[in-house]
Amino acid sequence: MNNTFETQESFAQRLWFTANQNILSLVSLALFGLYILIGLTSPYWIPFDPLETNTSIALQGPNSQHWFGTDHLGRDVFSRVMIATRLDLGIAVSAVAISFIIGTALGSIAAYYGGWYERLIGRLADIVLAFPLFVLAMGIVAVLGNSLINVIYATAIINIPFYIRIARAEVSLQRDRQYVQAALLSGNSHLRTLFFHILPNCLPNLVVQISINMGWAILNAAGLSFIGLGVRPPAAEWGILVAEGADYIISGQWWLVLFPGFFLMLAVFTFNLVGDTLRDLVDPQKRK
Amino acid sequence: MDKQPLLSIKNLAIDFETRRGTVRAVRDVSFHLNRGEVLALVGESGSGKSVTAYSILNLLDKNGRLAEGEIFYNGMSLHNANKKQLEEVRGREIAMIFQNPMSTLNPIRKVGQHLRDMLKTHGYANWSNLEAEIEKLLHQVEIFDVDRVKNAYPFELSGGMCQRVMIALALACRSQLLIADEPTTGLDVTTQKSIMDLVHNLAKEGDLAVILITHDLGLAAKYCDKFVVMEKGLVVEQNPRSHFFADAAHPYTQKLLLATPSKDASLSELTSHSPDYLHLPEPSKATTPLLQVKGLRKTYGKQTNFLFSSATEEFVAVEDSHFEIYSGECVGLVGGSGSGKSTTSRMLSRLEDPTSGRILFEGTDITAISSKDFIRHPLRKDIQMVFQDPTGSLNPRHSVFDLISEPLLRLGAYRSKEDLNSKVEELTRQVGLPSEFIYRLPHQLSGGQKARVGIARAIALQPKLLILDEPTSALDVSVQATVLQLLETLRRELGLSYLFISHDLYVVKMLSHRLLVMQEGKIVEQGMTKEVMSNPQHPYTQGLMAAIPVIEKKSPALAEL
Repeated sequence: MNNTFETQESFAQRLWFTANQNILSLVSLALFGLYILIGLTSPYWIPFDPLETNTSIALQGPNSQHWFGTDHLGRDVFSRVMIATRLDLGIAVSAVAISFIIGTALGSIAAYYGGWYERLIGRLADIVLAFPLFVLAMGIVAVLGNSLINVIYATAIINIPFYIRIARAEVSLQRDRQYVQAALLSGNSHLRTLFFHILPNCLPNLVVQISINMGWAILNAAGLSFIGLGVRPPAAEWGILVAEGADYIISGQWWLVLFPGFFLMLAVFTFNLVGDTLRDLVDPQKRK
Repeated sequence: MDKQPLLSIKNLAIDFETRRGTVRAVRDVSFHLNRGEVLALVGESGSGKSVTAYSILNLLDKNGRLAEGEIFYNGMSLHNANKKQLEEVRGREIAMIFQNPMSTLNPIRKVGQHLRDMLKTHGYANWSNLEAEIEKLLHQVEIFDVDRVKNAYPFELSGGMCQRVMIALALACRSQLLIADEPTTGLDVTTQKSIMDLVHNLAKEGDLAVILITHDLGLAAKYCDKFVVMEKGLVVEQNPRSHFFADAAHPYTQKLLLATPSKDASLSELTSHSPDYLHLPEPSKATTPLLQVKGLRKTYGKQTNFLFSSATEEFVAVEDSHFEIYSGECVGLVGGSGSGKSTTSRMLSRLEDPTSGRILFEGTDITAISSKDFIRHPLRKDIQMVFQDPTGSLNPRHSVFDLISEPLLRLGAYRSKEDLNSKVEELTRQVGLPSEFIYRLPHQLSGGQKARVGIARAIALQPKLLILDEPTSALDVSVQATVLQLLETLRRELGLSYLFISHDLYVVKMLSHRLLVMQEGKIVEQGMTKEVMSNPQHPYTQGLMAAIPVIEKKSPALAEL
């Protein structure tokens, strides 16, 4: 018997253990941390004002002063890519948080109570899924008005059905386990049993969905900005940066597209990878 | 018959590569088996009995390997055999049946298809005699309504029937050796008897060699010619049947033997040391019943057509039950699967509403309170339950402390941290759980420890009635013995009343004063335990008693056969 069994493992210990499991976990966690750090601190250390134009230095290639070059208005691409991290992550996190909370609540209620709840919620999800999702998002933004908050709502709405489905499947697996009956016998109400006993046991698979979803949400927000909906220039956002740069790619100014595009791709990649790591982290059975 | 044994294993050792290095799971195992013999590999969980058997078929997990020793099958070394020979032997000569036959058969294929495939791939039948062969096979495993079974999907058959089909599949490819891994665990005792009788007959008449992996000494004693008793990867005892009980030499075998419930063993005899409860007085019995059940009935409706008709098919789970439980008393409830005993327990614990009938608890009609409202009712803490599956009934994310303190926080008046800590500590001490386990998660505990956590949680609020739903059926016999003794201690110490539910008459009778026997939703017999055991009236009770393999602890179990 090992002595570490006898105390509760701290979160930091678990994080370290999980990260050590394989190199990909370590890399994804490191990148994840890096993105968060950039998002939180970029306004304090970027070398240039991302909105300041200076046509005399327009369309310069990467050099020692402007690492990622400058755009057609002479704005520093590096600063713009860095500052965009906050906006893109902000959109993704809030959209995913909304769809996770609403979708999971609806899905688990459908599975736990069954009957009409299940039919109603199930059909609701089916209706949303019947539309091509990006077109639906475009429609929502177009109807609600072209603003940042509406981009978040649109991204949230198109993701809700996925959480409904996963939560419903997971909860119906857990619902008949005996620990649920034990929780009821201990005086937990049905609602409390559902949200404090069953749902935490569904977390491992939901967490994977959350992180993959983060990638989608970033892509979705960037896509909407790319076609001119949502975030509007001159605000820096990866999708806008790529859209603006696209005009110049023919004339050979590749840096305008490459750097924001690469940052976007790497972010999606990171979130997809970090999912498995996070699942291992929240699953008690995976702990030592 | 040839002199050479069909299977012989010599100095077998198996290693597993794990995160903490190489672990030797089995060492120095040697035995041999002839045609027509039944060999029992007996041991508790973790003893290496399954690993030994699986290594014969080379079915070890990826990280396991045969480290030393040799396995000879029909004179051929399986260890050195090439892949093709091995596949030949594995597919045709050696067959295996498992604990859960339902999940071993492919759920989307009919029974007939399974058999047809087996016969055709091995070339034992052609188009002209295929159906006749199938009929012959099914008759061999004593299935006589061939047409129904042939066209049934596995889920449409009972567990016992599926196990017969599995045996028929083994016979279909003319297997010489059958490895049965706990083939009757999870089946009713009456079904167990018929399956084991069948296996035994096939061995004797069909010259089949059988390895029976089991934890049940009674079963081994009744049906097997040879025993290999294993503990922690070692063979501790190897005996021909006639000597087994007379001179079980090894202390482990003696311990197992002692812990196995039998016809005349009392609870205190299950362990070698005398248990704590003996010095505790029997709680005084009240004259008014604690719990009265009157005409309890539960039916489940099945809607047949969604749109047009509202015709419902009714399935009666519990029919018109009447019984009482007095305080301080233990009442046993026995029955096979589907007899309605679990439904009864769920209604009594108010997790489910009865269709009709009344449950009076200390004179209050608790059926008048819906199961939803009962959660908040003050009587909730007086009726608690210990569940069958010690693993499944513990929330895997909660530590032992969380699990035990849950009912205290929800239903008890424990608000200060010190009160709560000391109460949880007291409870862990009461159920014999080391206090340093308090922050462990369920998967870090053994089966017996998990059972103790479940009991601690149930007695936390000092309930008046504790419903024990097969609390020991998932445990090893030696662990079962200590848990049963713990339950008896707690009953005397705290003056609890028990409703003890089990499929095993011999387990129930050790604790209970009175006995209820249930069959197909009805209580067919009730009375004082001693009277029911010595003179069962109802044929179902008689059948139950006859079906359980008994070991006579003092004399060799040669009697029948």
